[in-house]
Amino acid sequence: MPASTLIAVLLGGVVFGFGLSLSTMVKPEVVLSFLRFQDFGLLLVLGGAVVVAALAYQIVPRILGKPMLAREFGRHPSEMNAQTIRGAALFGIGWGLCGVCPGPAIAGLGTGNWPLLIAIVGLFAGAYAHGWLASQSMKRT
Amino acid sequence: MAALFPYGMQHYLAGGILLGIGVSLVFVLTGLVTGMSTFFSSTWSYVSQLPFFQQDRFVSSRGWRLMLAIGLVLGGLIYLVTAGGGQPFQTAVSWWQLALGGFIAGFGARMSNGCTSGHGICGMASLQLPSILAVVTFLVTAMITANLVKALGGV
Repeated sequence: MPASTLIAVLLGGVVFGFGLSLSTMVKPEVVLSFLRFQDFGLLLVLGGAVVVAALAYQIVPRILGKPMLAREFGRHPSEMNAQTIRGAALFGIGWGLCGVCPGPAIAGLGTGNWPLLIAIVGLFAGAYAHGWLASQSMKRT
Repeated sequence: MAALFPYGMQHYLAGGILLGIGVSLVFVLTGLVTGMSTFFSSTWSYVSQLPFFQQDRFVSSRGWRLMLAIGLVLGGLIYLVTAGGGQPFQTAVSWWQLALGGFIAGFGARMSNGCTSGHGICGMASLQLPSILAVVTFLVTAMITANLVKALGGV
């Protein structure tokens, strides 16, 4: 991986982390107040992000033939299967329980929200449990 | 409107637009389309020999995914010392909710291959139907769970 790519990703991450902090998504209390229908700010955050990203995904490849630092624009198709939906249902249960999702858990550390470390340990443990189970079924096939 | 947004609207919109700019920057410069939850699997490939984690898609991307996570922490820190006024906020959500919620969310996000950023922002921005269905699904289960927790006396 060229250093220029790593620096570009770091830069994008900084903007993303700043955005998560400014929008207060790094505060689980704000996320929970959305999930409890007390404040609908999360929809503005998600909407703003989706509109800007959608414009970039649609327009940029037509203007630039390729990314500025790489050979081609990637795609990340999500798969239509039971795992995608079942996993999403589980993810929502966890998210609704703690008000923390992966991006804000990481960015929140930078804002000094130390209790989020507990959620990060949980996220890593959950990802490990998923990888362990998936490895068992890989060995069987 | 004030009833729907008791904390105001501007910081939500500005923050959301910044999230979109961050995603767009990565796309314009590197062509990568990404969310955050894969980081929690790809990072395990450094230390675990389980065949799932040793797949090329994790091993080959773990370096830049780690870099992305470092960027998020730095972005949070820059916010803290600038617009945040140097005042850290610490959540009052109880440790068991953070631990158990984190575990279930981590398992589910990896099973679903995406979370609020991967499905929610990148997947919806590229108009992927599975991602849109995933977002509707996790919003519904999260709303049910959060309200149940409150009804049972949680934070």
